Amino acid sequence: MIHNKRPVTHNTNVKIVDMPEGFQGEGFMATQLSKVVGMARKNSIWPLPFATSCCGIEFMATMGSTYDLARFGSERLAFTPRQCDLLMVMGTISKKMGPVLKQVYIQMAEPRWVVAVGACASSGGIFDTYSVLQGIDQVIPVDVYVPGCPPRPEGIIDGILRIQDLVETESIRRRDSEEYRELLKSYGIS
Amino acid sequence: MLNNKFVFEKLTEKFGEAIIGYEESFDLITIHADKEHNLKILQFLYDEEGLAFRFMTDLTAIHYPDNPGKELVVTYLLYNMPENFHVRLKFALDINEPNIYTASQLHPTANWLERECYDFFGVNFIGHPNLIRVMNVDEMDYFPMRKEFPLEDQTRADKDDEMFGRGGHFNFGNITI
Repeated sequence: MIHNKRPVTHNTNVKIVDMPEGFQGEGFMATQLSKVVGMARKNSIWPLPFATSCCGIEFMATMGSTYDLARFGSERLAFTPRQCDLLMVMGTISKKMGPVLKQVYIQMAEPRWVVAVGACASSGGIFDTYSVLQGIDQVIPVDVYVPGCPPRPEGIIDGILRIQDLVETESIRRRDSEEYRELLKSYGIS
Repeated sequence: MLNNKFVFEKLTEKFGEAIIGYEESFDLITIHADKEHNLKILQFLYDEEGLAFRFMTDLTAIHYPDNPGKELVVTYLLYNMPENFHVRLKFALDINEPNIYTASQLHPTANWLERECYDFFGVNFIGHPNLIRVMNVDEMDYFPMRKEFPLEDQTRADKDDEMFGRGGHFNFGNITI
């Protein structure tokens, strides 16, 4: 017997990003470029995981099916800095690793964002010792810090959402601004 | 069969005055000896029939800041694999002249272990082929495991020094040989 009808359940809960505010009429819509760019960037962030310890394990859970970071548009992890928008530093960074991290950051194309996940990446954490970098903001500028040791996947997702807020509202001229150049200069990156 | 007494007697018979002392803890023999003879002793333990300590398990140093003239103690842990027998050798050095001969020609594993020992304690292994830092950053200008240097990172200003063991003096046990 051939079943040519089978029960099909369609997902009716698909959410689509709201259209930016604008003026529209028949066949056209006018809005600010920055809003469109912000919306597009916000919902297609490519993260680069720089995982060195237990926060990286939490990140693996975050990418897994239960927490599923892909829901927020961060579907695609890349393991080359040249393709990525968001550097996620998760775990203890030793002083010897510092130049490597900086090199990875330099290789990323603008616009780029950085999130420091966990106590170690943010401040050195419990490793107040001669060999550990006391927070990655000593070598690269950081946009969002996620507290916790390690933070739960919810915490990491919250960090990503804060990054999304920054990405959405960022002026498209920010990366050309004098302040931004000064910031990079203070880290020895030009 | 190898035993602690046999090893000690063999060494005193060969080196006499250069063997300073002998102790046992948890059945493991520790021999204190003169640092000028370290290579000869290692070679003897390697070559001698019946001893044959041909595997270097570990090489490290310890800093005893309260023992003037013998601050740094270089420790070798040697192993006779067929007999499953360990022997520990200790050579005390003056911290102002931390020179000792390299064992890297005899035990190739000593190459990196000596580099690590130099990295953390500043022990100068004479004749080592490449005595540079191996674990720490190249820019580091001190030897972090020496006890005059605080363990904590000195770039942090957000911690109460007293609560985190910075400053003041701590009694390291004042262990004498």
